[in-house]
Amino acid sequence: MSIELIIGILNIVLISTTPLVFAGIGELVTEKSGILNLGLEGLMLVGAVTGFITLVLTGNYFYSLFLSITSGVILSGIFAFLVLNLMTNQIATGLALTIFGIGLSAMLGKKFAGTPIDGLNPYYFIVISFLLVFLVGYFLSKTKSGLIIRAVGENHNSAYALGYNVIKTRYLTIIFGGVMSSIAGYYISICYAPMWQEGMTAGRGWIALALVVFATWKPWRLLVGAYIFGGVAIMQMNLQAFGVELPGQFFNMMPYIATLIVLVFISSNKVRLKLSAPSCLNIPYEKNS
Amino acid sequence: MVYLIRFQLREDYSNLIFYLSPLVAVALTLFFGSFIFLILDLSPIESFKIFFISPISNSYGFSELFVKATPLAIIALGLSYCFKNNIYNIGAEGQLTMGAIFGGGIGLLFNDSTSVFLLPLMILFGAIGGAFWATIPAILKTKFNTNEILTSLMLTYVALFILDYFVVGPWKDPAGFGLPKSMPFPDAGRLPVLFDGLRVHIGVYFAIIICFITYIVYNKTLFGFKLKVSGLSSKASQYAGFKHKNLIFYTFIISGACAGLAGLFEVSGPIGLLYRDISPNYGFTAIIVAFLGRLNPIGIILSSLLIALTYLGAEDAQLFLKIPSAVGFVFQGLVLFFLLGTDFLNKYRVFIK
Repeated sequence: MSIELIIGILNIVLISTTPLVFAGIGELVTEKSGILNLGLEGLMLVGAVTGFITLVLTGNYFYSLFLSITSGVILSGIFAFLVLNLMTNQIATGLALTIFGIGLSAMLGKKFAGTPIDGLNPYYFIVISFLLVFLVGYFLSKTKSGLIIRAVGENHNSAYALGYNVIKTRYLTIIFGGVMSSIAGYYISICYAPMWQEGMTAGRGWIALALVVFATWKPWRLLVGAYIFGGVAIMQMNLQAFGVELPGQFFNMMPYIATLIVLVFISSNKVRLKLSAPSCLNIPYEKNS
Repeated sequence: MVYLIRFQLREDYSNLIFYLSPLVAVALTLFFGSFIFLILDLSPIESFKIFFISPISNSYGFSELFVKATPLAIIALGLSYCFKNNIYNIGAEGQLTMGAIFGGGIGLLFNDSTSVFLLPLMILFGAIGGAFWATIPAILKTKFNTNEILTSLMLTYVALFILDYFVVGPWKDPAGFGLPKSMPFPDAGRLPVLFDGLRVHIGVYFAIIICFITYIVYNKTLFGFKLKVSGLSSKASQYAGFKHKNLIFYTFIISGACAGLAGLFEVSGPIGLLYRDISPNYGFTAIIVAFLGRLNPIGIILSSLLIALTYLGAEDAQLFLKIPSAVGFVFQGLVLFFLLGTDFLNKYRVFIK
C-alpha cells in the first residue's frame, strides 16, 4: 500500500464523516437536555433538499444555507411544540418527523433530481465541524448555560424548582439539534455529493443517533467515534486494498453492533449509567399547573 | 380583543374523545394534504380521488389493499402488546427481516420439496426468526437494564445487513444474472392466494385470527390485565406482585413473532423470493398503525386498511399525477403528527376566553 493511497483514503474519511459530526453533535445537545429526537434522518433530508433547490434557483450559497437552516428550525420547532407543549410521545413524534421528512424531501426534490451544481468546498465545513465539537464541549462543561442544559436533562423537576425554564431550554436544544441536522444534510447535497437524489442521506441519521450513544454523550468521544464509524464505512468500500476477505456487510453492521456493546456496558452498572446517560432522557415532563 | 386559550387537566376520562381523535387526525391530514396538492399545482379534489378512491375502485385494487394491510395489521397487533406494557419495541422492521430470513431460508433449503409441510414449517420458522430477534432487546433490557428503544432500533439495521449478506452472498440465485436476489421458493413454499389472479393471500386469515385472539387476551385474560396495569403504572404492577421482567419477555416475543410472521408472508406471498427491499418500511409504519388504532385490536385492523390505502394511493399518484410515491410518507407522517397532537385533548380541557 502506497503513501498516496493512505493519504487518499484518509482524505475520503475526512470528507465523508463530517455529516455524522454535525448531526451527532446536534443530537448530543438535544439528548443532554433530556429529549430523544429520532427525526434526524428526516431533518437531514429536508435540509439537503431545501439547500439544493435554493442553490439551483438562486445560485447563491448563502441563501441556500440560510433556507436549509430555516427548514431545520421549522421542522424541529414543530417537533418541539408537539413534544414539549402537547406532551406527545417522543419516540412516535420523532419517527413521524423522519417519515414526513423522507416524503416531503422526495416530493420537493423530484424536479431537481440530477440537476448539476457547482459544489462547495467541503474543507470549510470540516474545519467548522472540529471547532463546533470543541465549542459544544466547552459550552456544556464550562458555562452556566451548559450546566442548565445538563441540569434539565438530569432532573427536570429539580431544575424547575431551582427556577430554570425547562420548556424554553429544551426548545433551544431541540432547535439547535435540528439546525445541525439540516447543516449535515446541506453538506451532503452541496459539498459531498454534490447533487440531489431521493433518500440520499442513506441512513446517516440513524448512524448519528447510534454515535451519540456510542460516545456516551461526550463531545470529544463523539468526534473520535464519528471518525471510527466513518473510517469503517470507507474501509468497507476499499476492502481489496486492505487485503481483507470479510464480506462488506459485516463492516456496515459494525457501528450498530459497537453501539449495542457500549450500551450494554454502560447500562449494566447503575453508577456508570448515571455518569453517562442523561437521567431524564425520553421521560415526559409535565409542568404542575 | 384578546383571546386566551387555557388548559385544564381533565379529571374524568373521555372515551368519546379517545376514539374520536383518530378521525379528527385523519380529517386534519386531508385538510393539510389538500394544501400540498395545491402547492404542486394539482386540483385537490381530483388528486384525492386518485389517491383514495381510484386505487380501490376495482377488485384488483381491493385485493392490493388487503395485501398491504395484512403485514401492517399483523405487525401492529403484535406491537400493541409491547406498547400497552409501555415497552417501546421500534425494531419491528428488523424482526420482520429476520422472520423472512429464517422462514425464507427453510424455503430455499428445501427448494425441490413438494411436501405440504413445507409452508407450515416456513411459517413456523418465520415466527421463530422474528421472536428470536426480539428476544435480544428483551434479554438486554431485563439482564442489563439497556434501553430497548435504542437496542431494537440498532438491531433493525444489523438484520437488514444480514439479509443483504445472504442475497448477495451464499443465497444468490446462480441463474439470476448476478442480481442480489435468491432463487424463487418452490410452489409448495408459496402462500395460497384467496382468489385466482389476485395477490391477496391467506395471511388475511392470520391477521383476523390474531386480532380475535388479541381481543380476547386484552379483555378476558389475566395476562391482558397485567399488561394494562403494568403499562399504566409499573410500580402498582410490581406491588401487585406481577413479574415485570416476564411481561417484558412475553410482549417482546409476541411482537417479534408477529413481525416475523408478517415478513415470511411477504416473501412467501406476493414476492416469492428473498431480496434486499422486501419491506417498504412496514415495520416502522406499523408503529403508526398501532397508535392510530389506539392499541385496540379492531382499531388496528381499521387503521391498517387506512394506512395501506396511503401506500396504494401513493403508487397511483406516481402513475397519474407524476408525483413521487414518497407522498404517501408525507400523509403517514402528517396523520401521526395530528394524532399525537389531538391526544392532548384527551388529557386537557381547552377553554377559549
